[in-house]
Amino acid sequence: MRIDGKAHGIDRSKPVSFRFDGVTHSGFQGDTLASALMGAGVRMLGRSFKYHRPRGVLTSGSEEPNALVTVRSGAQAEPNMRATIQEIYEGLEAKSQNRWPSLGFDLMAVNDLAAPFFGAGFYYKTFMWPKAFWEKLYEPLIRHAAGLGALPGGDNPDAYEKAYAFCDVLVVGSGPAGLMAALTAAKTGADVILCEEDSMLGGRLLSERETIDGMDAALWAAEIAGTLRAMDNVRIMTRTAVTGAYDQGVYGALERVSHHCAASQATLLECFWRITAQRTVLASGALERHIAFRDNDRPGVMMAGALRAYANRWGVAPGRSVAVFGNNDDAHRTARDLAKAGLNVAALIDSRPDAENLAGDVPFYPGYHVARAHGRTGLDAITLRAPHGGEDRIAVEALGVSGGWNPSVHLACHMNKRPIWNDTIAAFVAQDDMVPGMICAGAARGVFSTADCLKSGAEAGLEAARSAGYRGALPPLPQADDAVYNLRRLWAVDGPGRAWLDFQNDVTVKDIKQAAAENYRSVEHMKRYTTQGMATDQGKSSNVAALAILADVTGRDIPETGTTTFRPPYVPVSIAAMGAGAQAEGFAPQRFTTSHLASTQMGAPMIEAGLWYRPSYFPRDGEKTWRQSCDREVNMVRNAVGICDVSTLGKIDLQGPDVGAFLDFVYCNTFSTLKPGRVRYGLMLREDGYVMDDGTTARLSDGQWIMTTTTAAAGEVMKHLEWVYQAHCPQLDLRFISVTEQWAQFAIAGPEARALLNGLLDDKLDDEGFPFMACGDVSVMGIPARLFRISFSGEHAYELAIPSRYGDALFRILVARAEALGGGAYGMEALNVLRIEKGHITHSEIHGRTTAFDIGFGRMVSKKKDCIGQTMAARPGLVDEDREQLVGLRPVGAVKQLVAGGHLFAPEDAPIRENDQGYITSVGFSPSLGEMRALGFLKHGRSRHGQKVKMVDHMRGIETLCEVTDPVAFDREGGRLRG
Amino acid sequence: MAELIAQSPCRDLLPVTHGTVTLSEVDPGNITSLSPFKGKAATLSDALNSAYGLRFPAPGRSTGKEGARCLWTGRHQAFLQGPEPVDSLKASAALTDQSDAWTVVSLEGADAEDVLARLVPIDLRAGVFKRGHTARTLCQHMTASITRTGANRFQIMVFRSMAATLCHELGEAMHMVAARAGRP
Repeated sequence: MRIDGKAHGIDRSKPVSFRFDGVTHSGFQGDTLASALMGAGVRMLGRSFKYHRPRGVLTSGSEEPNALVTVRSGAQAEPNMRATIQEIYEGLEAKSQNRWPSLGFDLMAVNDLAAPFFGAGFYYKTFMWPKAFWEKLYEPLIRHAAGLGALPGGDNPDAYEKAYAFCDVLVVGSGPAGLMAALTAAKTGADVILCEEDSMLGGRLLSERETIDGMDAALWAAEIAGTLRAMDNVRIMTRTAVTGAYDQGVYGALERVSHHCAASQATLLECFWRITAQRTVLASGALERHIAFRDNDRPGVMMAGALRAYANRWGVAPGRSVAVFGNNDDAHRTARDLAKAGLNVAALIDSRPDAENLAGDVPFYPGYHVARAHGRTGLDAITLRAPHGGEDRIAVEALGVSGGWNPSVHLACHMNKRPIWNDTIAAFVAQDDMVPGMICAGAARGVFSTADCLKSGAEAGLEAARSAGYRGALPPLPQADDAVYNLRRLWAVDGPGRAWLDFQNDVTVKDIKQAAAENYRSVEHMKRYTTQGMATDQGKSSNVAALAILADVTGRDIPETGTTTFRPPYVPVSIAAMGAGAQAEGFAPQRFTTSHLASTQMGAPMIEAGLWYRPSYFPRDGEKTWRQSCDREVNMVRNAVGICDVSTLGKIDLQGPDVGAFLDFVYCNTFSTLKPGRVRYGLMLREDGYVMDDGTTARLSDGQWIMTTTTAAAGEVMKHLEWVYQAHCPQLDLRFISVTEQWAQFAIAGPEARALLNGLLDDKLDDEGFPFMACGDVSVMGIPARLFRISFSGEHAYELAIPSRYGDALFRILVARAEALGGGAYGMEALNVLRIEKGHITHSEIHGRTTAFDIGFGRMVSKKKDCIGQTMAARPGLVDEDREQLVGLRPVGAVKQLVAGGHLFAPEDAPIRENDQGYITSVGFSPSLGEMRALGFLKHGRSRHGQKVKMVDHMRGIETLCEVTDPVAFDREGGRLRG
Repeated sequence: MAELIAQSPCRDLLPVTHGTVTLSEVDPGNITSLSPFKGKAATLSDALNSAYGLRFPAPGRSTGKEGARCLWTGRHQAFLQGPEPVDSLKASAALTDQSDAWTVVSLEGADAEDVLARLVPIDLRAGVFKRGHTARTLCQHMTASITRTGANRFQIMVFRSMAATLCHELGEAMHMVAARAGRP
């Protein structure tokens, strides 16, 4: 119901209509869903997790365990939104959760009647046998019965982002302490970020009837907010919850950018921030805790502080007749404010027999307890128990309960420090530097009166700014309330029935006692056994009471019992926000060659090679399968000329007098003897002696060299060179830099390669002037370029490199010329077949577990000089004749299929692990040879050419009899590449 | 004979404007990497000074201005951006042509810093990352060189092959920043 009179959180001139469970309601601008529904007389908002008990609003903040709803619909539906922080907007649609078929009549509520069977440890004990039943029967049943909201399924169409921010002083929370901290720090000139999870600044000041410097406290907060907004060095982030504290002053924060907006305006839903701060002021305030008594979870039973927040800020109450039950002075404020708001305060019950009434003219019951709440779907009465034990029933529609306040120490504990027990306020408090650079202020450190919070905040703000290198002074402190907060512990009221602690996970006092009785005495064990504190609210309202009860029943004190571990995030964070930007194309950068557009225009399907996209094959009219295109492209290269973009191979420019010496050390073979104008193949080992990469290095001039790497290892080799140079030979005088992206490079391969080139180059080539393994500068249609006579296909071939800006143009011309000569472009499939025919290795063969010896290059490891990996490569195990050695394979039985990944066995052996003799690394159909060919590794392979082995692919069920061959299957003499 | 037509990395992709921010391609002229040989850093710096009136930059800094700028890009390494390298530099440094290796764009506008805050993990506040400051860092998942070239202007460089991804990422971030302005 709405209360007349002052309520500064809402604008009564601006009604807002919204729907809850299909019913249209009306609230006001400034309302949360919780306050608007309370105003509309809706008390029950959901069903509980396990027992499906009716639940209403418990709190007025982000700690809410009960009032979880699903907001919006379709694929945009978002479950488990807290009604207490969901602002209403015109057209908002919300639904209750965990009920079927409806909130009012829920079939699963039968769980509540079966409660004796569902206590702590129930699943563990009951659903253990038979084992197979867990996955198939029990778990699906339990999952259906338990739970909160459900994801809608379908792709989430909402936009999320993540962002970085930096500041000198981060202030977490904008209550009296946070506002003063931000103001004081900002006045020193420090860059300040002020994060507040509410939509407005002010914290508790927005919910209280009190004055600061003679002003209404909420107005004072608005005035300070205005001052801060006007300062250039202050960034105010509302609707932003700081979720975690991490190393080196980094904080995570979730900004709810558009949850308060209609879908049409919600272009961007949430932003996950990483805020780096030199210093942080933790002014996160305190959260009120419950007192457990029988059926204390009935809708209408709320936190006392929340009850008065709803009345003061939003002008609503759950009913006309209310009572307040507490163990501390602050509860009296609620009774006082509710009475002032015109509600009928039927009772102020204080468990302390010696308490004095601070609430004015209300019925006061010192030394009394509330023993039970009545009313199944909404509170209608409470049972009062007198000090002598007599009981009395009072009709009320709402009850505010206060078991005291717990400072919000969560962030301070995120780096593994434990909070300190303060006996006076019976709560854990945070201390400075629990997170390095973090200063605690206000209620978070156990300072509760408004006057003390203002002072504590100002001091913390100044200290933070000073230690970040700024100078300033304490501002004059405003006059404010400095009431003392007295409290005497009371965690639970004894009696029969169930008394709730953790509302979100349905954990009762009995469960805690049961855990202790079964010897789960450690607080961490109790937590896991009962699931207390393991829901999405992380037990914000129940942790301290639960461990206090555990301490009590195990005969220990609270500090000895200790707390469970506080972990990020402080509030639930959607995975979509944390992973923002990494969906679809944002997952990884796409690298496109200069020939990409031309290739796709030719219909080439692109395949990913690392981050690069390369053409798989270039289909032509009439070709129905990739094999047809691939076979044609191979034949083109063998008989005419083919063009392939090889720009993705790594290229490294090395200069200086000592490049030769450096390369001798990096490569296992010798390079210092290479003459300018020549190219040499090189093999690089890792430090452990295994093969790292291979490629060619060209010596362009005396002092300039170009190394090429494989596409896959381009980055790795660059890193390796840096490491070798800096760690092993910094005395050498050389410099190197990647030029992979500077040059577009195309292979021109086939018998017509030179004819093609001579039609393009400004000076013609001949075999004598440009023999196999020559390199040099050329001019292509007037553009300076580089030419290398190297061959991966085994044909007479060149690689032509041109500055990338001309890559697209040159590729199109090369392909057109090749087509005129009976050739054309070829893709990765043909490239692979061509090299398998020639026995050339790729990273399929040098996959990290093979040595130079294995691939038949053992003699390339020069003994005349040292190199990276040389010593380790000589280990007996790495040159053992028993090792698997590179071989070629061809099918010789009825089955003609070879499969990469297939394993090799002697023909007579059973195909089991113990008999394994090797495996296949690469396969392809060779149109030149008219059969499939493979490369693989086989024990004693080099001495077994001509022998038979069988290949078995256990996965696909293929068995093929093979003949072992030399890895080079085509043109073994190499006559074609020199032609 | 036909002519080879040159293409820039961001052809057809830029310029784009969202809200206050415009992303446009920069023609950097020549880009030449300069790496002084052992003990030649001072000689190189002098040669740069007499040729272009600028010095070899300290780590994290750039020298010169629009038209002839020298950007620190790494250990013993800077990029001369703009003029053709004069022969006098060759005696003291390894010179490598990088003119075609980079996508070079300019992000300019009142909210440019906010756009980069969505993608770049380092502190780019004007008081910390001043005009002429430069960094090798990340732009979302790409390694990048970022330089503040004006009060509200940044030069961003990534590999040439990543032009499309760079334009996509920056475009999305610009869109997000602009979208916030229209929110209640």
